[in-house]
Amino acid sequence: MSTIALDRGVRHGFSLAWRGILKIRKNPEQLADVTIAPIVFLVMFTYLFGGALAGNTDAYLQMLVPGILVMNILQASMTAGVQLNTDVSKGVFDRFRAMPITRSAPLIGAVLADVVRYVVCILVLLVVATVMGFRVQTGPAELLIAVGLALAFGLCFCWASVFVGMLLKTPQAVQGVMFVLIMPLTFGSNVFVGTSTMPGWLKAWADISPVTLMADALRGLLNGGAIAGPLAGSLIWMVAAVAVFFPLAMWAYRRRV
Amino acid sequence: MSLAIRAEGLVKHYGETKALDGVDLEVPEGKVVGVLGPNGAGKTTAVRVLATLLRPDAGRATVHGHDVVKNPREVRSLIGLTGQYASVDEDLSGRENLVLLARLLDFSRAGARAKAAELLEQFELTDAAGRAAKTYSGGMRRRLDLAASLVGNPSVLYLDEPTTGLDPHARNEVWAVVRKLVANGVTVLLTTQYLEEADQLADTITVFDHGRVVAEGRPDELKRRVGGQTLQVRPTSARDLDVVHRILGDLTGVRPTRDDDTGLLTAPVNDPVLLSTLVRKLDEAGITADELALRLPSLDEVFLALTGKREGSLV
Repeated sequence: MSTIALDRGVRHGFSLAWRGILKIRKNPEQLADVTIAPIVFLVMFTYLFGGALAGNTDAYLQMLVPGILVMNILQASMTAGVQLNTDVSKGVFDRFRAMPITRSAPLIGAVLADVVRYVVCILVLLVVATVMGFRVQTGPAELLIAVGLALAFGLCFCWASVFVGMLLKTPQAVQGVMFVLIMPLTFGSNVFVGTSTMPGWLKAWADISPVTLMADALRGLLNGGAIAGPLAGSLIWMVAAVAVFFPLAMWAYRRRV
Repeated sequence: MSLAIRAEGLVKHYGETKALDGVDLEVPEGKVVGVLGPNGAGKTTAVRVLATLLRPDAGRATVHGHDVVKNPREVRSLIGLTGQYASVDEDLSGRENLVLLARLLDFSRAGARAKAAELLEQFELTDAAGRAAKTYSGGMRRRLDLAASLVGNPSVLYLDEPTTGLDPHARNEVWAVVRKLVANGVTVLLTTQYLEEADQLADTITVFDHGRVVAEGRPDELKRRVGGQTLQVRPTSARDLDVVHRILGDLTGVRPTRDDDTGLLTAPVNDPVLLSTLVRKLDEAGITADELALRLPSLDEVFLALTGKREGSLV
């Protein structure tokens, strides 16, 4: 692809991202599942189990918030597939396809609009957490890096969702499959409880799960503590996710569109 | 005259179903060709192939000389497409829809806004420009859809059943727009289920059935083959049936068909003026009618006349 074509593709992607953002603004309820659900988890786990698990709710909150952030971003990144699946079955997608634009522009647009969704989710979660008593123990620079890392994590794993979204027929099916994938992925980690009391097979997985490693990296950045190890592990997972799911997503997208 | 669209031997199968079974189609530049046929005749499939949305299994098609399979980008820069169902983003306003499409066609920000404003004005949507498209009436939505397909100033326009589901008023609006476009030199390929629509807009009509072209010609030629219009009368009182039967027979010179169950009398006519003559005669005789109409042959009758079989029959 020549530079000019690439440039046009990105520009068309931005135009279509603008469309996605307009749609989020007009249907803010789209964001409900990715903003309200994590808050419910945050409140429920902190006040119900926090005392029992960490001695007091404040200490548990400090541990939980970075973990919930990962769960949140993972859920938000999974809506990309549902959205694209809904979109391709609509007449407006035929119009895009009959226009002289790059074939991948709608995909680029959907993923770029997703970034806005991630930012909103992260902000809402951090505000609620702060109201509940969560405090960043490090500094603004670490907070920014943590947010950036969470965005990157979402952008890497959204390709899995795009792949499933382009493979399955209906948005409902995509939603169902993604839910079944995400629930065990987030609970089979150290987001809610430490892994030490888990049975061996589960602990073995939970210790190396991308959710655990990313949660630990964010804990290090927001609460202080080891960063390098979990960060390196997270980055390996992110690269692997892109390496596996980006080509699959593109293949499924080109087949469908 | 040069051809805007040329299709030769287009074939498209969906499993056992032959959506297109060797279709040839030629649309001269600046003309309107109407593709007439029932649901499932292959009209939409043909449009989708010509709009680069679908690859044919066999055959080839060009738009202004560009092959739809080999050079889709060139074809896409020449065409506008208005689908059977409004293909605009329902959540976006009319203006946002048009600005988005203009931006995708490489208009500058200011240029896109100006183009959107111009089209909204032209299609009388300025007052509704800020409202979400899903709040539009059927006619407004179809007008927005048409406006959307004109953002790139296409020289070839595909209208896939542009008035299906519209009320007569909205339908007339769409027709007026299409006439204006044709006057400006745009080539139009129109698919429709209505003979009247093809008759109103098209220079030539191609009739599809089961993925094949079964008839072709100017509207008047086809109508002659199909047979003209019919006059239908239903007297208010069944007692008047005999009198009206005689009046209608004298007027048309044909023995009218009589249905005693429904009280409906039907006779073929060549001259539409006979309708007003009939009204006057009934008036003079002091007879009132519940139903009095001049009707065009239905698509079913067109098919029967052109193909010698009922539409949808498998033989």
